[in-house]
Formats: sequence, C-alpha cells, structure tokens
Amino acid sequence: MPFSLLKYGLNKDYPFEQHADLPKPTELKPHYDVVIIGGGGHGVATAYYLAKYHGITNVAILEKSYLGGGNTARNTAVIRSNYLTSEGVKFYSESVKLFKELSNEFDFNIMYSQRGQLTLAHTDAAVRGFRQRAEVNKHFGGKTELIDPQQIRELVPTLNMNPADMPVLAGLWHMDGATARHDAVAWGYAKGATQRGVELHQLTEVTDVIVQQGKVTGVKTNRGNVSCGCVVQAVAGHSSLLAAKAGFKMPITTFPLQAMVTQPVKPFLDPLVSSPSLHCYVQQTGRGELVFGGGSDPYPLYSTRSTMDLKESLLANAVELFPFMANMRLMRQWAGLTDMTSDYSPIMGLSPVDNYYLDAGWGTWGFKSTPICGKSMAELVASGGKVPELIKPFSMDRFNAFRQVNEMGATAASH
Amino acid sequence: MKMMNCPLNGLRNISEFVHGGEVKEMPDPNSCSDKEWADYVFFSDNAISVVTEWWLHAPSGYWFIAERHTGSDEILKTYDPSVLFSERVEFSAPATEVKA
Ligand SMILES: Cc1cc2nc3c(=O)[nH]c(=O)nc-3n(C[C@H](O)[C@H](O)[C@H](O)COP(=O)(O)OP(=O)(O)OC[C@H]3O[C@@H](n4cnc5c(N)ncnc54)[C@H](O)[C@@H]3O)c2cc1C
Repeated sequence: MPFSLLKYGLNKDYPFEQHADLPKPTELKPHYDVVIIGGGGHGVATAYYLAKYHGITNVAILEKSYLGGGNTARNTAVIRSNYLTSEGVKFYSESVKLFKELSNEFDFNIMYSQRGQLTLAHTDAAVRGFRQRAEVNKHFGGKTELIDPQQIRELVPTLNMNPADMPVLAGLWHMDGATARHDAVAWGYAKGATQRGVELHQLTEVTDVIVQQGKVTGVKTNRGNVSCGCVVQAVAGHSSLLAAKAGFKMPITTFPLQAMVTQPVKPFLDPLVSSPSLHCYVQQTGRGELVFGGGSDPYPLYSTRSTMDLKESLLANAVELFPFMANMRLMRQWAGLTDMTSDYSPIMGLSPVDNYYLDAGWGTWGFKSTPICGKSMAELVASGGKVPELIKPFSMDRFNAFRQVNEMGATAASH
Repeated sequence: MKMMNCPLNGLRNISEFVHGGEVKEMPDPNSCSDKEWADYVFFSDNAISVVTEWWLHAPSGYWFIAERHTGSDEILKTYDPSVLFSERVEFSAPATEVKA
C-alpha cells in the first residue's frame, strides 16, 4: 500500500483511475452522430436516454476533466419540486418521479432518501408566497402544504423559532423533498450509457466548435478533431465560454457557489431546513455530517476558491437556526461555478447555430433536474430539433421575447 | 477580507460594494429593436478576461467603474465614470396628468 501510494503521488499524469464499471478509454473516432460536451450528470443522462429510448449509440461524451467532477460532484443534492410557476413545477415534478425509480433502473444504489424539505417564512409576504406555492404544487400532484409554528416544532424540535430576531411565522412543508448521492447519479447514468455503446472520453477538452454555414459540423479537442451530426452543450459554469466558441452570447453570468460540511454527529435532523430570509439551508447527511449552503457569491468570478467572508455570514445564520451547532467543527469546504440566469430558470433547447443544442443556465438548482433534463434533451436530439412541450418555456429565446420564467423567490437559498 | 479601492472613499472592504454588471454601450431605447434591447439587458460575454464593470459603493451611493480579471479576481483599476462618459443620458418620460 505505501509503495503504491508513493507511485501514485509521483505520477506525472493526472491521477486518473479506471472506473471499475466503465470500459477502458479508446481513441476518438473521426465521426459521431452526437457529441455531448460535458461529462456531468446532465451530459451522461442525455447520452443514457439517447441510447435507451432512441437507439442512438454513436455518441461521444467529451469531458475535459473527469466524470461528474464539475458541479455534479459539488452540489448539496437537494431534490424538490416546490417551485412557483406552473412551467417550473410541472418540469421539476417529472424529475422527482424519475429520481425515485433510478436505483432500480440502474441496479445501482443512488441512495435516494426522501425526508421532506421545510422552508421557513419570517415575513407575511413569505407566508403569502408559500400559500401560492403550496397550491401550485398540489395542482401538479406534489405533496406540499403550509404548516404552522407548532407543526414546525414537532418536525424539528431543535430549531430556534426566533432566529436573528426574525420569528418563524410558518413553513412550506414539501414532503417530496429528498437527497441522493450525486456522484452515484453520474456513475449510474455513465454505466448505463457506456454499456449501450456510448463512448465516454475523460480528459478530453473541447477547444473549439466548427460551424459551417450556420450549422455545427464538428469540434476540435486536445486529442484531435471530430466531425459530428449535432452537439449538445452541457457545461454548466462554462456555458458562455463554449457558446462564444460556437459564435453566440448567452444570458448567463458565472458566479461561484460555496458549500461546507461539519464533522459527523448523532442523527438529529431529518428534514432539509431552509430559510430564504437568512440565505441559508442546513441538512444532515446519512453519515451524520451537517451540510450548509447559501446563495451564490456576490459578484461574478471563474474561481472555485472558498472565502472567509462567506463562511462567516453563512455560519452566523446557520447558528441562529440551530444555536447548539456553534461548537461544531467544519471538515470540508468547496465551491462550484454556477451558470446563473436572471430569472433563475434554466435554458434548454435550440441555439442560434443549427444542430447545436443547449442544456445550460442551471445555476444553483440543476442537480434535481438531471433525469428529466437528460430525457428531454435526448428527445430533442432524436427528433432532429423538435422541442418537447415540457421544455418549450425554457428556450433561450424567451429573453428576446421578454417572457422570463421567474423562479427567483422559489430558488434563493433553497437550490 | 478582500479590499477594493473606491475612487471616492479609498480602500474599503469588498462587502461594502455591489457589483453592477459589465459596462456595455446602450442602444437608443426609442429606436432600437426588441432584440437589440434584450441583447443589452440580458446577454453578456461572461468571459474569463479583464472586464470593465460598474460597481456601487453602497454606503455612499457612489457608482464607479472597475477593471477586474474574472479569472484571478485581481482588480486592476478603479475610476470615476466621467472617464468614460462625458454626457448625461436623459430618460425623459413625457409627463401625463393623473385624473382623480
Ligand atoms: C455548491 C453547490 C451546491 C449546489 N446545490 C444544489 C442542490 O442542492 N440541488 C440542485 O438541484 N442543484 C444544486 N447545485 C447545482 C447543480 O450542481 C448543477 O446545476 C448541476 O450539477 C449541473 O450539472 P451539469 O451536468 O450540467 O454540470 P457539471 O456537473 O458542472 O458538468 C459540466 C462538465 O463540463 C465540463 N466541461 C466544461 N468545459 C468543457 C470543455 N470545453 N470541454 C469538455 N468538457 C468541459 C466540466 O469539466 C464539467 O465536468 C449546486 C451547485 C453547487 C456548486
């Protein structure tokens, strides 16, 4: 063991290990029917559904780093569908349904754990907003209701009901709220896709996009050029950079989003608890660690550094919610690059370049959509560009038509 | 804490400042197309490079311009907007009488 560790440490190459369930890397072929840029959850899910439902397997996923190493491995894994707009709720509800079946479908445990999500209202305006969200949710088959302080006390006895002198007035109790192991989701999809013939190429960076007469015909990579019938771009925080290579701009700004986790303690917190007013959410993992998250950094940046400022502001509020946590120790902290849109809804569908499809603008909320987004993108690709009803409201063109899908209030710190 | 040099108030904590987006040329709202206006309002380069941006020093309500690298977060320059803008932009909405 020490010898192999030494060898590993002295290795000049990126310490990249062969995943037991994935085929060995091969050379790039000169042509693929579909090239998917980005081997995060979204990219591999799209490939999986293309192969599974549409029989399209001449597909390459090109990932500049390693499988699921982007935001897929960095998110806090909140899965929920209690959004505000009917477009949003309809879309995310489909994802929650697919998530519930994934472990069976993959024959691989993604550790789906449905424990409910509780969002706290500290103002009358928030209570009104919650009432609306509960109704929209119920309308689309979700299990969401408005609950009072006594019910909140029963659900989370350890919660301070007067955090930062902002009394908890009510809660939005979303029984469908859940978490899952994010890496396992990427691995499950990648395994299922590659078993059906899809190629996953890690350490393969797309350096340019080849567009001829308004149509994408191939991509350049650090391992050579490939031609292709169409491209799906699913690169999260790098969306604008890829789009620039294809020759267009996007309504996206990239912000770092930080999160952190404590040492493990005895289980005490079952639901996921979130306070939009305190810009903070807290959950306990199956291992007993507490995960904290909040809003994105205050200004745009392409850097995954962590800052002391965010730790201070976020943890001050977390300790307001659960005062006894003040003495706990942080174990890890990290950040990802989030592709934020101004209406807090994603961008899926067509782009100004023919046969170049967009899966972007997932900001701080895109893990929960991995299954339904992959399924919808696969439909879009397989039909040669016919946009499925479910994702029509999320076209990039909505910004040109001033028809945004406003989910800001329902996203904020809840992701 | 990270510091920023405010052209009006000197070196201050970054938490005193609010980011205001890339400096872009505004099309004439009266004559431009909806597409041009949407482009101005929503779309941006969002590149990794030195970017010229609007910033607000919130406690003093002072807007200024900064040149910052969006990869390294290095702030190269900050200056008063008069360096780039010599004319006032008037947004005069025609006054309408409100009838009770
Ligand atoms: C701290 C944090 C917490 C979050 N919490 C939640 C949450 O609780 N719930 C939720 O639903 N969402 C959450 N999110 C958001 C969620 O993680 C993302 O929206 C989602 O993972 C996006 O998946 P993806 O596959 O599109 O992107 P990614 O997983 O980021 O994959 C994109 C991939 O593209 C690759 N790439 C980039 N450029 C190139 C190139 N030129 N060539 C080849 N490959 C390239 C990258 O290496 C990367 O692996 C959170 C995000 C962060 C950062």
